[in-house]
Amino acid sequence: MLTLAVHKFASCDGCQLTLLDAEDELLEIADAIHIANFPEASREVIDGPYDLSLVEGSITTEADVDRLRTIRAQSHRLVAIGACATAGGIQALRNWADIGVFTGLVYAHPEYISTRELSEPIADHVDVDFELRGCPIAKGQLLEVVGAMIAGRRPRVAQTPVCGECKARGATCVMVASGTPCLGPVTHAGCGALCPAFGRGCYGCFGPAESPNMDSLISVWRELGVADADVVDAVRSFNAWAPQFRVAGDSVRERGETP
Amino acid sequence: MTNAREIAVDYLARVEGEGSLRATVVDGALQDVEFSIFEPPRFFEAFLRGRRIEEAPDITARICGICPVAYQMSAVHAMEDALGIAVDGALRDLRRLLYCGEWIESHALHIYLLHAPDFLGYESAVHMAVDHRGLVEQGLRLKKAGNRIVHVLGGREIHPINVRVGGFYRLPTREELSALQPELEWALEAAVATVDQVASFDYPDVERDFEFVALVHPEEYPFNEGRIVSSAGLDIDVSAFNGHFVEEHVARSNALHSRLRDRGPYHVGPLARYALNHERLRQTAAAAAAAAGLGPECRNPFRSIVVRAVEVIQAVEEALEIIARYEPPGEASVPYERREGEGHAATEAPRGLLYHRYRMDDGGRITDAQIVPPTAQNQRTIEDDLRVVLAGNLDLADLELQWLLEQTIRNYDPCISCATHFLRLDLDRGAST
Repeated sequence: MLTLAVHKFASCDGCQLTLLDAEDELLEIADAIHIANFPEASREVIDGPYDLSLVEGSITTEADVDRLRTIRAQSHRLVAIGACATAGGIQALRNWADIGVFTGLVYAHPEYISTRELSEPIADHVDVDFELRGCPIAKGQLLEVVGAMIAGRRPRVAQTPVCGECKARGATCVMVASGTPCLGPVTHAGCGALCPAFGRGCYGCFGPAESPNMDSLISVWRELGVADADVVDAVRSFNAWAPQFRVAGDSVRERGETP
Repeated sequence: MTNAREIAVDYLARVEGEGSLRATVVDGALQDVEFSIFEPPRFFEAFLRGRRIEEAPDITARICGICPVAYQMSAVHAMEDALGIAVDGALRDLRRLLYCGEWIESHALHIYLLHAPDFLGYESAVHMAVDHRGLVEQGLRLKKAGNRIVHVLGGREIHPINVRVGGFYRLPTREELSALQPELEWALEAAVATVDQVASFDYPDVERDFEFVALVHPEEYPFNEGRIVSSAGLDIDVSAFNGHFVEEHVARSNALHSRLRDRGPYHVGPLARYALNHERLRQTAAAAAAAAGLGPECRNPFRSIVVRAVEVIQAVEEALEIIARYEPPGEASVPYERREGEGHAATEAPRGLLYHRYRMDDGGRITDAQIVPPTAQNQRTIEDDLRVVLAGNLDLADLELQWLLEQTIRNYDPCISCATHFLRLDLDRGAST
């Protein structure tokens, strides 16, 4: 039977919880795959190698760099799950700050804290077989990726923008109809266009879609009267360190230009 | 001569996150216990500075994937406190309903998937399902019933998108909520059965003199409102939190430990809520608590699983009642004007009191943030429990003792992602030479 391991780095546990939130499928999955190492769910830990490792969280300490390399060496296939693992997560906001100042703000004894300057995605440190986006990841996409990895095929996960999902569900475009700033046109699909369906603009929790037109989106936002500071905040959230969002935010902040 | 025995656990399993434990025994006597926390810091309180107040519920949700609603609720109530607005009527009901969903989901996860295996002798719920498939299926279905509420009202189970300062982005229709009813009626029966099932487990005989701390509301079992009350006579407005509670930064821990000024460790969570609020349990929950022999308070931390099960009944009953009386209000949220100020809120996360405090400028930006999660507050109490359990069980073999110590920590359903990371047990039984 194939073996599965689930590993955690700096994160909220939500993406690995998605596996336990597959209430209808969990026991079937456990019948089909040997869950060999999943500390959130089981105290039994079987040593690697593993056929498939799911890795949640971003890399923020030296010890975690070493642990990640060991995991890579033990894993036939390695999938990074969620915005922390694929883009550094919300904690990557530190990447624009002085980490010493941040530590001093939160902790009385900064000397007890050991942390790297940057919060980085898994792929900055090891080879990754697939990156599953989202903050949090979508359950359906997770099941597809696990199934695909077991079958040895490429996962069927669209990299198109949220707009496609929005049209598919028949939701009204919040940007066109009510002038609500929305990141849907540049954001990776997967949520099912949740926010527009709830009458709010997409806030980009699945990170950039493939080849997003940031320039055009920012121009539209400016026409809607969005201040540059708010444009920067919008792209600097859960996927702030994803290259396209990072470049867009830096361009607007530093030069008042679109990327 | 040296007679060293060592127990090492790389991870404490079946908790949310990771931490470490070290116990030293010399000549058969317990010397010290350290419960340390290695969660790599994520600096939420630092990067919240300068962000818009409207972003706080979405950003702080990311502190915890298991209890995001708790973070959203504490955040919006603290912001509303600073803005001087009140969210009441049907909007208040909907917030309680959302919290009911999270309590059901989070408690069912802990009861069935994380804690019951300790009592029945399994490594995990998956192992347990080999012999008790029906029980695990019941737990998963109960968990799903809670998640369904969060999904319908919040948009998705993890990091819901519908909560905003002032209310919601979109109101559910009556039909959407009514559709939840049949499954919640099943859930009510299943929750009652759960109390029976967990009450029949064997419990270590431990009695602790905890100082319980929880919100107390005059009419309701607490979710979003109330005074902070303790079993030793504390009774304060939420805004006075920092005058009575102290956070300390201890070496080897990336979480701040809390204590009551002048008194020391305290206990938050289901046992505390129950001790201070059991008169306000709903009918079915109160009857189940009585049938399980809980009495007016329970001071055995191992029995927290029974209280959690009672709280699942409470949450299902309350959810059914809110759904039955729901009429969509005129507006999805209450308008407000940005202003400079400071706001406080405490709400009852599944694991206990969750305090938020924010300062904001007149441009609607956060200038200061403080977040005190329940597991950080319980950390010293967990260490004290470990000392008591260790001292009374030193005659156990290493593997049994390790199991019991892990179980002692899991009694708290610790969310180490909220507070901590990486639990590692090194039991040094070296005799002095």
